[in-house]
Amino acid sequence: MQIFDTAIFPVLTADGLTTGAVYALLALALVLVFAVTRVIFIPQGEFVVFGTLTLASFQLGKVPGTLGLLLSLLTVAAVMEGFTQLRQRQPRRALLVLAGAAVTGAAYWALLEWAAPLKPALWVQVLLTLALVAPLGPLLYRTVYQPLQNATVLVLLIASVALSSVLTGLALVFFGPEGSRTPAFVQGNLSVGQLTVSQQSLLVILVSAALMLALYAFFERTMAGKALRATAVNRLGARLVGISPSSAGLLTYTLAAGIGALGGMLIGPTVALGYDSGFLIGLKGFVGAILGGLVSYPLAAAGALLVGLIESYASFSLSAWKEVIVFTLILPVLLWRSLTTRHIPEEDE
Amino acid sequence: MTVAAEMSRPPAAASPAAAMLEVRDLHTRYGRVEALSGIDLRVPEGQIVSVIGANGAGKSTLLNSIMGVLPSSGEVLYRGESLRGVPLEARVAQGIGLVPERRDLFSSMTVADNLHLGAYSRRRLPWKADLDEVYARFPRLLERRKQLAGTLSGGEQQMLAIGRALMGRPKLLLLDEPSLGLAPLIVRDILKIVQGLQQSGVTVLLVEQNARASLAISDYAYVLETGQVGLSGPAGELARDERLSASYLGG
Amino acid sequence: MTVNPRTLLSGVAVLALLLLPALLPTYQVTLLVYVLIYSVVALGLILLTGVVGLTSFGQAAFMGLGAYTSAVLSTQAHWNPWLTLLAGLVVTGVVALILGLVTLRMQGHYLPLATIAWGSSLYYTFGNSPALGNFTGITNIPALNFFGVILSTPRSFAYLALAALLLSAVGAQFLLSSRTGRAMRALRGGPLVAEAFGVGIFRLRVQVFVLSALLASVGGWLYAFNQRFVNPSPFGVHAGIEYLFMAVVGGSQHVWGALLGAGLITQLRDVLRDLLPRLLGQQGNLETIVFGILVILTLQFAPRGLWPLLERVLPPATLPRLPASAPFADRLKPTPGVPLLQVEHAEKRFGGLRAVADVSFELRAGEILGLIGPNGAGKSTMFNLITGVNAATSGRVTFSGHDITRAGPGAVHRLGLARTFQHVKVLPELSLLANAMMGGYSRAHAGMLASMLHLERREESALQHEALRHLERVGLGSQALSLAGNLALGQQRLLEVARALVADPTLLLLDEPAAGLRYGEKVELAALLRRLREDGVTVLIVEHDMDLVMNLVDRLVVMSSGEKLAEGTPEEIRRHPAVREAYLGVDMQEGAA
Repeated sequence: MQIFDTAIFPVLTADGLTTGAVYALLALALVLVFAVTRVIFIPQGEFVVFGTLTLASFQLGKVPGTLGLLLSLLTVAAVMEGFTQLRQRQPRRALLVLAGAAVTGAAYWALLEWAAPLKPALWVQVLLTLALVAPLGPLLYRTVYQPLQNATVLVLLIASVALSSVLTGLALVFFGPEGSRTPAFVQGNLSVGQLTVSQQSLLVILVSAALMLALYAFFERTMAGKALRATAVNRLGARLVGISPSSAGLLTYTLAAGIGALGGMLIGPTVALGYDSGFLIGLKGFVGAILGGLVSYPLAAAGALLVGLIESYASFSLSAWKEVIVFTLILPVLLWRSLTTRHIPEEDE
Repeated sequence: MTVAAEMSRPPAAASPAAAMLEVRDLHTRYGRVEALSGIDLRVPEGQIVSVIGANGAGKSTLLNSIMGVLPSSGEVLYRGESLRGVPLEARVAQGIGLVPERRDLFSSMTVADNLHLGAYSRRRLPWKADLDEVYARFPRLLERRKQLAGTLSGGEQQMLAIGRALMGRPKLLLLDEPSLGLAPLIVRDILKIVQGLQQSGVTVLLVEQNARASLAISDYAYVLETGQVGLSGPAGELARDERLSASYLGG
Repeated sequence: MTVNPRTLLSGVAVLALLLLPALLPTYQVTLLVYVLIYSVVALGLILLTGVVGLTSFGQAAFMGLGAYTSAVLSTQAHWNPWLTLLAGLVVTGVVALILGLVTLRMQGHYLPLATIAWGSSLYYTFGNSPALGNFTGITNIPALNFFGVILSTPRSFAYLALAALLLSAVGAQFLLSSRTGRAMRALRGGPLVAEAFGVGIFRLRVQVFVLSALLASVGGWLYAFNQRFVNPSPFGVHAGIEYLFMAVVGGSQHVWGALLGAGLITQLRDVLRDLLPRLLGQQGNLETIVFGILVILTLQFAPRGLWPLLERVLPPATLPRLPASAPFADRLKPTPGVPLLQVEHAEKRFGGLRAVADVSFELRAGEILGLIGPNGAGKSTMFNLITGVNAATSGRVTFSGHDITRAGPGAVHRLGLARTFQHVKVLPELSLLANAMMGGYSRAHAGMLASMLHLERREESALQHEALRHLERVGLGSQALSLAGNLALGQQRLLEVARALVADPTLLLLDEPAAGLRYGEKVELAALLRRLREDGVTVLIVEHDMDLVMNLVDRLVVMSSGEKLAEGTPEEIRRHPAVREAYLGVDMQEGAA
């Protein structure tokens, strides 16, 4: 078969590993979100899109549409939180929340109006992108998921799917219909014997690996990381040592959004992303996460790498069918997982 | 069916010590079912007070309501201040610890991590000394500190649950059936440990089905019968009361 | 005979629907056709997701199967368009059956994820198959010919779509008010009740899954002959998601929620398509923003959808009393005193834990036997071994002469065992009567098709008669038509007893029937159980309330730490030293080991 040609196979493998590495990041975020908040976070892929498109706007010296999204969500979240505080008869806190949100919003707006036209260095743009996209996570948690805290996993899943629709539409509003590609962080190729790999690919793999190590250290070594694991293992137990589920949720979604944005910036130079690419990318991260049963981080990462590889090989020989192959593959995995995972039946209402 | 008589002196006169916890007219419902109907109870500082009663009398519900795990109506005063509207996590930070019936350990994490997390509510303060203290109290936990909590035996899990609660330096510890599912010898160990806690200044509210054993270490006790306080009195007197066995075995 | 106001209102609504295509302007009629088609698809989701509790994002793909089958056969093979409906149903049915057999064993969130996966696969298959015209699709589909009338205008087509919707809706309504429908509703609250009354869960799940796919297929057929061309885009996962949105917003547990949801979303899309681009200065599928927000708000504020809000102002539904028919034959009851249930050396291990260890006892016909013990004694596990929820690791359980050690709950039930539940499991949105009739599931036989066509009315009438009789027996006869959710806990427990009695059991198992009851309710319960004993019903009762147990039962079995501690009359048990120790605990000073 042509696919095993010595010239082509390594290239496909490198491609597969590069996208696979990004899927792996998403898979980790998905496992984390599910473990801590029981939410199957379909919109994870939207953060990837926001990452790419935000960076692309900065490249053009434009204020990214993400700002509008951030400010609208901030307003809704602040009003909701203010309302909650009022209901608990805490008018001062309600005012504080609203004032805090107003100041934060104004600061963001001023910073971006000033910084964006200056076309700062790439690493500054990366930081600004993270600063814009990461807060979307906790804001969405506060507005969408926190009011549904006691809902079943299935209701949360439907909410996730609905949120994904909302974000896709908003991406169209804020970024327009055209897809964007961001510039590579590094140029040139690296040749080892017959093997030629672009330095960008290497960078993606290295950064992803570094991020995974950082996450590992966070979960193993820090109190905040352990607190997230604890919430995932036993919610009541976590509350009994003083960990509030909402603060765990907020931290989890910050991480998820940050990881998504970073993934978007990493994959941006390789794949052209449009406003509607998020759903599919998220799903592929999902296939990986499912391989790990939505529980195991290493298995999820490995599964996602596998998805990247399969997709890469399939896109060469059966390019039109690559989605069919990836999605059909998930069925036996789902079946296997479902039958081997001990399941406590949930009761409705 | 309810032995309504109150025994001897009212609890307030039983001890001159200030109340660490006072519960007044506490009601808790699950949907349409009222699980607690008007509980009054007082835990003086520095004492062990136990709540005993048969299965389904509402003992766990009582502790969960005091802790804020379950919503309830009525008044819960902790060191003289109402806990109304104070969320569970804030109650932990104020110095109330609950060791729940199911223990609710972090089973896939190590013993050391479980204990470390016990200090979450006061994480800005040094906690290493407390850890050493817990290990001194429970040498078994030190031996097993690298083991996953889920792999411990029942008695060790109970020790870990108590140790985790102690890491939060509680002033008031609520213990829910610490003897449940343990062999008699281990029950004895656990209850000795509870006695030790009292000596180091922790006030304890102990819920037990094992009436005789818990009365032996308590200062005062309440008998719960289907959501109401049936009997109450100094533990020694209650232990000799014939009505106690009637409340367990019917009559 | 008086006319029920609700029937009257339904008549008016149907009449209005019939007049709409004639009265509305053409553009609105076009829109109406889409609403009707989408309603048929959403109706399948109501049955699958709302009633049975299986979430699917893949309905649009089934719709696509129906549409593509019709398109290919009518354009390339020149089949009669009406025949292609049948062909589409067969193709969709076979695919759904295969997918269902593979995926419906999945639990919880795995199933909806699987529907996204195969939904996507089918969509890309449509788009990548040259025979199906790739992403361009198939054009030149002929118009339908209805006895000489060419259905090529929206107005004429609207009547076809309307007929399809009304037929499906009436069928669905009939189905829900039948033996099968009650079993479907029982599935949603978890498998326990359904299994305990003999429902074959997996089979029923597959049946409903296929039925909902067939409804989608009908929708697809209508879609193809209305549009006269097909392409993959209306059959992708995003479309599938939109159908779920319709069901959720409309009210996923009500047949008419489908029409409400489909109408709302379709009309809203029409308005938003004009409004949003002007408002936001951008072209494209912007209405998904509003739909998504609408769904999230619905989930947050009206989790049962909008139909229940409408239902509040409608006159209440009444259940038509069916004319009396031949009653069921009662089961042959064993002679009093004959051993009915024997547990021999039963043992159950969960991993290293011995929950039940070497327990033996016997239950004789006509007696009330109590099973008691402190927390964690193994009573629940013992209960599960008898009812077939769990199988014993070793030992033997015999019931009515049959070895039931490995039998499932359904098989044990059919041998004559009926039970109640510790945490009351009645269907709150159904009447007492319907709840009680659930108990007779395995005494009747009508399948899904007979139910949809209401061919099972004779059997249904016998069931209704039985249910009323037993509701009266437990003292709930006068409230037979009120909703079970409105009862106090004590009455709900009595309802569970009535439901079990409708099964005509030889053995009644009661799992903590007094838990959470008030004093008066307990007295009532005890009186009922005594009456049942006089009627020759054999009872095994697991209970904590000692006053109740001691004054009711003939004999007691006491368990502690998984073992049988004692067996005897209440008086013997009360004096038994080991029992006293198990309940009151060991003395620390004496330090028993």
